[in-house]
Amino acid sequence: MALAEDRLMEEAGFRMSEATAGDFFALLKPRVMSLVVFTAFVGLVAAPVAINPLLAMIAILAIAIGAGASGALNMWYDADIDAVMTRTSSRPVPAGRVTPGEALSFGLVLSALSVMTLGVLINWLSASLLAFTIFFYAVIYTMWLKRWTPQNIVIGGAAGAIPPVIGWAAVTGSVSLESVILFLIIFLWTPPHFWALALFKSDDYARAGIPMMPNVAGQASTRRQIFAYALILAPVGVLPWALGYTTAGYGVVSAILGAGFVWYAWKVLGMSDDDRAMKPAKALFGYSLLYLFAIFAAYLVDCVVGRALIMGGV
Amino acid sequence: MADKNLELVTLTERQRKARRNRSIAIGVALAALVIIFYAATIVRFGHQGASLTSSGLFGGG
Repeated sequence: MALAEDRLMEEAGFRMSEATAGDFFALLKPRVMSLVVFTAFVGLVAAPVAINPLLAMIAILAIAIGAGASGALNMWYDADIDAVMTRTSSRPVPAGRVTPGEALSFGLVLSALSVMTLGVLINWLSASLLAFTIFFYAVIYTMWLKRWTPQNIVIGGAAGAIPPVIGWAAVTGSVSLESVILFLIIFLWTPPHFWALALFKSDDYARAGIPMMPNVAGQASTRRQIFAYALILAPVGVLPWALGYTTAGYGVVSAILGAGFVWYAWKVLGMSDDDRAMKPAKALFGYSLLYLFAIFAAYLVDCVVGRALIMGGV
Repeated sequence: MADKNLELVTLTERQRKARRNRSIAIGVALAALVIIFYAATIVRFGHQGASLTSSGLFGGG
């Protein structure tokens, strides 16, 4: 068998792919996807009616794939800025392991597949919400807001906040105040979480030309806004108990977690402009991840235990 | 001429392994999809099929 020269291939415009399944999986942003899976699962379990466990698993899988697809579309569009940021330069597209065209095709196919699966097997409200989420993240946030306004992650955060609403809608076929509060918790959590990251990665964002809050409004203003969001987030986290959706156990846990968030944000507020190590910002970023996981875990435990007690006749 | 060359391409070891890796992943994903749709169809519509059969619409009566 004759060997074709690589040169001939390149001249003809072909490049044999060396991308592995792992590279395509990385396009789905697995860490973000894990958060989506968890929050969607909480929304699904919190719903007041039962769903067949297999259908529940399929709903979560479809939501996860849909979220991952929007991540792939994000990586396709943002390959140019990902390449100049240390945090993202090793992603499959900027690293050259996956071509932009492959990432685009992968994202589009998975988007369609996840939405259709959710629609056909679960219900069309949850499928519509998933389709809206993918569109909002890939088009409104990635293509428009991210490079245009420092409010990018404030508005764009809505996409990441919808999964519990989709989980709830997958079971009930509706959207309720209870699921909207879960949405609000993630929505209000997003700005302080990402601005804490943007504070100690501001050079990265500046190099990429992304108008993150610290680069546009300055570090002092960003610190104040982080604190303001923390002050709003803490009571909203307690709302499910205040409105009677959970027991006092959740109320106490969410209040403690919220107080912790405010405390970390207060430390960030007190940072000086000369602080290059930015330990308070890094600490808030780490705590914010713990906060979101813990408050949703508390909500989940409260729902499950509450139901178990009711079924046990306690 | 160029087409003739392209047909005779031999992949490098790395490209061959990557292609095999992708092929396996696609195969697993497709198999999972078939199982998911089959199982979900049984769960969602199984009882409807049973009721149609018992009502005689599909020869069960």
